[in-house]
Amino acid sequence: MINLRDKGASIWENWSPPARSSFVLIVITLVALLPYAGDFGPTSFLNTPISSYQAVLVYPIALFVLMGLGLNIVVGKSGLLDLGYVAFFAIGAYTMGIMGTMTSLNTWEILPFGIFFAMLAGLLLGLPALRLRGDYLAIVTLGFGEIVRIIALNLQVTGGPNGVVGVPTPPPILGQKFELDDHKAYFWVILIMILLVIWMVRRFTVRRPGRAWEAIRQDEDVAALMGVNLLVYKLWSFTIGAAVGGAGGVIYASKTMFIAPDMFTFNTSILVLACVVFGGLGNIWGVILGASILAYLPERIRFISNARQLVFGLVLLVIMNVRPDGLLPRKKREKIKQKEAK
Amino acid sequence: MNLQVLESQFWSLCLQGVALGFIYVLISLGYTMVYGVLRLINFANSEVFMVGTFATVVAQVGILQNETNSQSLHGFRLIYTLTFALIFSMLVCGFLGVLVELVAYRRLRSLGAKPLGFLISAIAVSIVLLETIRIVTYSRPQTSPRLLDKWSFGEFAGANFRIDTVMVIISGIVIFFTLDRFVTKTRLGKAIRAVSMSEEISKLMGINLNRVVSLTFFIGGLTTGAAAFFYTTVYETTQFNVGFNLGLAAFTTAVLGGIGNLRGAFYGGMFLGVLEQFASAILGSQWKSVTVFTVLVLVLLLKPNGIFGEAVQQTRT
Repeated sequence: MINLRDKGASIWENWSPPARSSFVLIVITLVALLPYAGDFGPTSFLNTPISSYQAVLVYPIALFVLMGLGLNIVVGKSGLLDLGYVAFFAIGAYTMGIMGTMTSLNTWEILPFGIFFAMLAGLLLGLPALRLRGDYLAIVTLGFGEIVRIIALNLQVTGGPNGVVGVPTPPPILGQKFELDDHKAYFWVILIMILLVIWMVRRFTVRRPGRAWEAIRQDEDVAALMGVNLLVYKLWSFTIGAAVGGAGGVIYASKTMFIAPDMFTFNTSILVLACVVFGGLGNIWGVILGASILAYLPERIRFISNARQLVFGLVLLVIMNVRPDGLLPRKKREKIKQKEAK
Repeated sequence: MNLQVLESQFWSLCLQGVALGFIYVLISLGYTMVYGVLRLINFANSEVFMVGTFATVVAQVGILQNETNSQSLHGFRLIYTLTFALIFSMLVCGFLGVLVELVAYRRLRSLGAKPLGFLISAIAVSIVLLETIRIVTYSRPQTSPRLLDKWSFGEFAGANFRIDTVMVIISGIVIFFTLDRFVTKTRLGKAIRAVSMSEEISKLMGINLNRVVSLTFFIGGLTTGAAAFFYTTVYETTQFNVGFNLGLAAFTTAVLGGIGNLRGAFYGGMFLGVLEQFASAILGSQWKSVTVFTVLVLVLLLKPNGIFGEAVQQTRT
C-alpha cells in the first residue's frame, strides 16, 4: 500500500527553507479560500445537500479539526485516554453563553475566560484522575463529561434543558462583520485558531514537555524512572487539551447563538476521538484529515437521511479494519527515522 | 435532600438496589470477561444488551404470538414463555457477541493494532447496531407484554418482595455462580484464564486462541442477554437508546470491582445498584449519575485498581 505519510515526509525533508515557507503559504491560502469552493465550478461537487456548504465548513468540519487537534495532545501525544472531551467544549460554550448574555463583554473578551475555565476544569479533574491508569482514566473522564452535561441540565443559571438563548455574535474585526448567515468570517477565525494550535503543538513536540509526553506515552514507569514528573506533565497535556476545547466552545456558542445541554453528549466526545484515531493518532496531519472526513461525510450523504449514521458507522468499521492505525499513522515515520539512523 | 426516606424505605431501597445491581452485574460480565482476556473495553456490549431487550420482545410477541396487551399467563404456559424468551435472548446476544468479535476485533488483532483502534472499531459496530435498530423500530419505544402477573410474596421490614424482583435476584445468583464455577473448574474456563494470564504462553500450550476469544465473547453475550431479558421483564419497555445508560452503569460496575475480575464485578454491581437507589431517593433522580461518578472517583483514588483490584495473576505488566 502507498504510504503517503512517509512519501510526504521525505519530500518535505529535501526541500529548502524558502520552498517550505512558500508551500505552507500556498496551502494556507487555498484552505482560506475553501468557503468559496462551493460556488466555483470544478469544486462544486463539495457542496453538501440540504445544509449549506459554508455552514458545514464551520461546524462540524473546522470545529472538529480544532477539537481533534486539542484531543490529540491528550490522547495522541501523551497517551491519556479521555472519553469526556466534550466537557471542556461545553464549559467554553457555557462560559460564552452565560457571560455573553449577562455581562456586556464581547466574544473576544470572553475567549480568555472560556479558555481559563476549561483549563481550570481540566486541572480540577486531572489532579485526582491523572493518578489513574489507562481504562480507569477513561471511565472517570467519561463520567466527568456526563456530569458537566447533567449539571448544565439541572442548574438555573445554565437555563436547564432550554439552554441559553441569544448568545451575542462577535463584534467585527478589521471591518469583517460576523453575521448569522455569513459563515466565512467564522471559518477564518477558526482557521487562525487551528494554525495557532498546530504551531503550538509543533513547538511543544520538539521541546521538553513534548519529549516528556512521548516518554509517558511509550512507558510510564520508565519515564518516571528517568525523572519525568508524571503528574505535572500529564496535567500540562490535559489542561492544554482542555484549553483548545474551551476555545472551540466559545466560538461555537457565539456562532450558533444558542446552546443547550443535549449538544454536548457523549456522542460528541466519541466522534472527536474517532476523528483522532481514524486519522492517525499523534499525527497532526492525520488528525486534520480524519476530522475533515468524519465531519464532512455525514453531511455529504444527508440525502439518505435516515440511514446516514448507519453508513457512517459502516465506513468507520471498514476503514478501521483496513487501516487499524488510522489513515496516516505515526508508527511508520518512527520506523523510517530508525532506518536512517542505522 | 430528603433524608426521611432513609428511615422509612431503607430496606425497600436496599432490595431494589440489589435487584438492579444483579442486572448491572450480568451486563458487566460482558465487559469484564472480554477485558480479562483481551485487555480491551468491549464497547459494543451496551448495544448487544439493547438488541437483547428487543430479542426478548420478539420472542414473546413475534414467535410465541402473545398480544402486546394480552392478559398475564399462568402455570406451564408462563414458565415456558419466560424460559423460552430468556434462552432466546441469551442466544441472540451470545451469537451477536461472537459476530462483534469477528467483525470488529478479529482482523485488527491479526494486524496487531493498538488498543484505541479496537475501541473505535467497537464503537463503529455499536453505531451500526444502534442505527439498524433505530431504523427498524422507527425510533419508537416498544412495550413488552406483562406476561408475568406481578404478585408480591409479602412485605418484610418494609421491603416489597415482588415476584420479578425475587426472580432477578435468584436467577442472577444462579447465573453468576454457574459462570464462576465454569471459569474456575472446567477445561474451557481454565483455557480462558490461561489466555488472560499470557496469550503467548497459552498459545504454546496448544490453546486455540481465536476459539477462546470467541468463547469469551459468547459467554459475555449470554449473560448480557440474560440481563436484557430481566430488564425487559421488570421495566416492560425498551427503546433503541436504552443501551447507553445501562452500558455505562455496567461498565462502571466492572471498573468499581476491578475490571477483569469476575467476583469484583459482583460486589461492584451490588454496591452500585444500592448506591444508585439511595442517591435517587435522597438527592433526586437527576443527580443519580453525578453521585455515582463522584463515588467512583473517590473509590478509585483510594483503590486505583477498583475495590477488589484486578485478580493478582491478571495485573497488567
